[in-house]
Amino acid sequence: MQELFQQLANGIAWGSIYALIALGYTMVYGILRLINFAHGDIYMVGAFAAYFTARAMEGSALAASPMAAVIVLASAMIACALLGVLIEFFAYRPVRRSSRLTALITAIGVSLLLENLGIRIFGADPKFFPQVIAPRTIQLGGGVLVTNHQVMVVIVSLLLMVALTLFITRTRTGKAMRAVSWNRDAASLMGIPVNRIITITFAIGSALAAAAGVLVGLTNPKIEPLMGIMPGIKAFVAAVLGGIGNIPGAVIGGVLMGVSEYLVVGYVSSTFRDAIAFVILILVLLIKPAGLLGRNVAEKV
Amino acid sequence: MVRSRVPLAAVAALAVAASLFGSLGCAKRADEIVIGEYGSLTGGTATFGISSKNGIELYMDDRNAAGGIGGTKVRVIVEDDQSKPEEAATAVTKLIDQDGVIAVLGEVASSRSMAAAPYCQQAGVPMITPSSTNPKVTELGDYVFRVCYIDPFQGMVIAKFARNTLGLKRAAVFRDNKNDYSVGLANYFSEAFQAMGGTIVSDEAYSEGDQDFKAQLTVIKSKRPECIVVPGYYTEVGLIARQARELGITVPLLGGDGWVSDRLLEIAQDALNGSYFVNHYWEGDPNPVVQKFVTEYRKRYNATPDGLAALAYDAAGVLTNALDRLREADPKAFQALKGPRNDAQKAARAKLRDLIAATKDFPGVTGRISLDAKRNAVKPAVFLGIENRQYKFVAAVEP
Amino acid sequence: MLRRLLLGAATIGAVWAVDRILVHGLNPYYYRILVLCGLNVILALSLNLINGVTGQFSIGHAGFMAVGAYTSAAFTVYGVPRWFGVTPESGPLAAALPFLAATLLGGCCAAFAGFLVGLPSMRLRGDYLAIVTLGFGEIIRVAILNIDAVGGARGFAGIPQRTDLAWVLGWCVVTFLVIRNIIRSVHGRALLAIREDEIAAEALGVRTTRYKVTSFVISAFFAGVAGALFSHYTYLHTNSFTFMKSIEVIVMIVLGGMGSLSGSILGATILTALPEALRFASADRLIIYSALLIVLMIARPQGILGHREITLRWLRRRGAP
Repeated sequence: MQELFQQLANGIAWGSIYALIALGYTMVYGILRLINFAHGDIYMVGAFAAYFTARAMEGSALAASPMAAVIVLASAMIACALLGVLIEFFAYRPVRRSSRLTALITAIGVSLLLENLGIRIFGADPKFFPQVIAPRTIQLGGGVLVTNHQVMVVIVSLLLMVALTLFITRTRTGKAMRAVSWNRDAASLMGIPVNRIITITFAIGSALAAAAGVLVGLTNPKIEPLMGIMPGIKAFVAAVLGGIGNIPGAVIGGVLMGVSEYLVVGYVSSTFRDAIAFVILILVLLIKPAGLLGRNVAEKV
Repeated sequence: MVRSRVPLAAVAALAVAASLFGSLGCAKRADEIVIGEYGSLTGGTATFGISSKNGIELYMDDRNAAGGIGGTKVRVIVEDDQSKPEEAATAVTKLIDQDGVIAVLGEVASSRSMAAAPYCQQAGVPMITPSSTNPKVTELGDYVFRVCYIDPFQGMVIAKFARNTLGLKRAAVFRDNKNDYSVGLANYFSEAFQAMGGTIVSDEAYSEGDQDFKAQLTVIKSKRPECIVVPGYYTEVGLIARQARELGITVPLLGGDGWVSDRLLEIAQDALNGSYFVNHYWEGDPNPVVQKFVTEYRKRYNATPDGLAALAYDAAGVLTNALDRLREADPKAFQALKGPRNDAQKAARAKLRDLIAATKDFPGVTGRISLDAKRNAVKPAVFLGIENRQYKFVAAVEP
Repeated sequence: MLRRLLLGAATIGAVWAVDRILVHGLNPYYYRILVLCGLNVILALSLNLINGVTGQFSIGHAGFMAVGAYTSAAFTVYGVPRWFGVTPESGPLAAALPFLAATLLGGCCAAFAGFLVGLPSMRLRGDYLAIVTLGFGEIIRVAILNIDAVGGARGFAGIPQRTDLAWVLGWCVVTFLVIRNIIRSVHGRALLAIREDEIAAEALGVRTTRYKVTSFVISAFFAGVAGALFSHYTYLHTNSFTFMKSIEVIVMIVLGGMGSLSGSILGATILTALPEALRFASADRLIIYSALLIVLMIARPQGILGHREITLRWLRRRGAP
């Protein structure tokens, strides 16, 4: 039993990381219907931005204070928000009116560009992520061990989920986002500044990816330029699993992926860890084609 | 009109392709030896390819600064294979048939070496792989050599150390299921360890690039092993060690030469204290060859070399050493290597091959290297322990 | 009928002659690139049937290729010496028949996989279907990594090298003809109707599910053939069939122009040649490559040819003053 609870606890923590990345994915998709392939790489850039900020602070008085973590997180989120906006402006905006495949290829191009620039600029070898918050092990009772970082990841992803949901449903900008996602042209006619709304969406989505990058860096302190590929794909799968475009769905999908991966390793075989996630996905989609929380929209003729 | 729809696009595209290639091709200068290197400068294992490139670059630049091979400079043409086997074969074909290299250095991954080796064999161009450990690589032909251990040897060394030196009976294996080096080493270790009366209580797998290993480690923990053998690369081992300690696993971790890097302890911090791994050398070794390599590498690349850089450095060394001997023994053949691609050069390359095969006691960074009849390196292994984030010498194992 | 047979024989003869001339007259490096180029042409043409013609969205083409590669390789290594008495040492002529059998087998196994992957298209649309194909590709790769008989992570060693340019060109021609004829037939009109508007097509009596699954099956068959040719050409390892390979093929057809067959050929050729042409840039070449990709998509979002085809007639018209 202890083993099962240990696996579940870690699975939820790991799934929360997928959830964090999936949140950004699902937002961008919800508004633009664009699979932002570069999202996983923005997550990587976020981790590196935090790495360089922390390295720059090293030795100064700031590094020792509890503010260090906040500064590191904020700088990474700001850097990535800027990056996201730039990418949207230079790469995605010109192809917005083209076919969706064209936009997808552009996204893939951006993703490859970020990865290879990362190898060039940051170096291909893995870097040690500074422990701006010292790791501690926490006993959950029954012999189940987790770290403070893992707890943090779970809490942050839940908080962000709530905050994002409130933002989208309660604020003017959020409402505008929903309008744009519903019908871009109609929204534009109603006086909603579509371009600005899309820019904001990218800024928020990219900042979320950066937050995920920092939290992963803290939990698993090894970062490298290709770290975003697999989590990027899995997070996208998680977003689809939950119903893409749906914010609580992304979190549920992410946690589900994490937990199922853990249970597969624990009770089936570790060699099938990556495959089973996809098997589950396919099964869920066959039963609920629009994902767990997605609504099946009837298509009009 | 059936005939009118001929795919002329194919013709047009071929023309485009041909014109693209036409502009390429490097002019070969007269008085230099051109050798090729292929490696994963991009893609999933870029970090290993770049380390190897650095090692070779360091050796060759040093050598050229000191006058090259009796006044003849060596030029290395480096080609990227994107960490893909078919690209490795393409890169080597390009090096041989386009650039006319007289010898080839590479690859790290055995699968990519095996993709490329047949072309070297067919063209009669000697190839030295720095770090492909699969025994099958050098079986592909008598022009294929290596300067690293082979899997069975290293697996046996680790098994012996665990079973006899540490006196352990129950081992868990945690392998990188996507990496040929790790899978090979894990298999040979398990075989040897069981033959010595040990038990493998758990055999779990991860994939290179993974960041989370706690699921597998929880399973391993429940089987209560006395040690965990992680025959992977330092890129993952540091995190594995950390997460094992976070789960309350206290037994030592054992590993192979894939662990060798500065990053290992930087990432693992205290988590690897009490663990052991196989290496070719240890940094504290007073051997001037090792000291020179480590200081110069640090100075130039601002990093401590990993095992792959050291092996690549030695591969370049073994090749230049053979070229040295060729120049002394047969100056005419040496001249032919600089000349055009003709029968004289082919004969010279065959001579070079013979001299590489005869390498004996080459003083490399990774030990005194001799090549055996199967073109594999024979050299001692060193067991290092980790204590307080410091390496300490534990035992040397003769081949 | 006689005319067709003659045409077929002439094609085989021509392809063989081209191969003989090139294998002696051409630098082996260029020869190799031509072969890889041909393989990519087969992959791009076949994927075009799903993505370009039928308008479905598959991002798991490398999975079908892997199925074909590994089944045909296993057949050659384990089956051929026993049933055909042909060993790796046998000459190319004696090996031709078993090799043809191996490629067909690889194609058929991949086609079966295509059938399985096509089935969910009954219920799933767009991105959801894409994710299923992606998942399939990953599942296949993990499964192969766990089969010891085909080498797992160490790669499948000991496959005799049977593929040459003649085989690849021959299959290119077959793929092109089959897919062109499908597009021109009444079935092809149905596929195009599904692309343009699935609901309308269904309302008009097109059995959409059946057509979608069929296009998956045919497309997967040729991807499997390409895989079989690939596995008998270069060292076989799962690293060749990653998600990135699927993406590469998609980029080829989008670059050339979705739905355009000559576009697919053009796209495959350019994207095989481009990374080679960029070799002078060494480690920077993938940076340039990806930047070029973005620029191309912005400058010409419909691909180089769009829906058009390059034909003799088109060329003649252009050439006229």
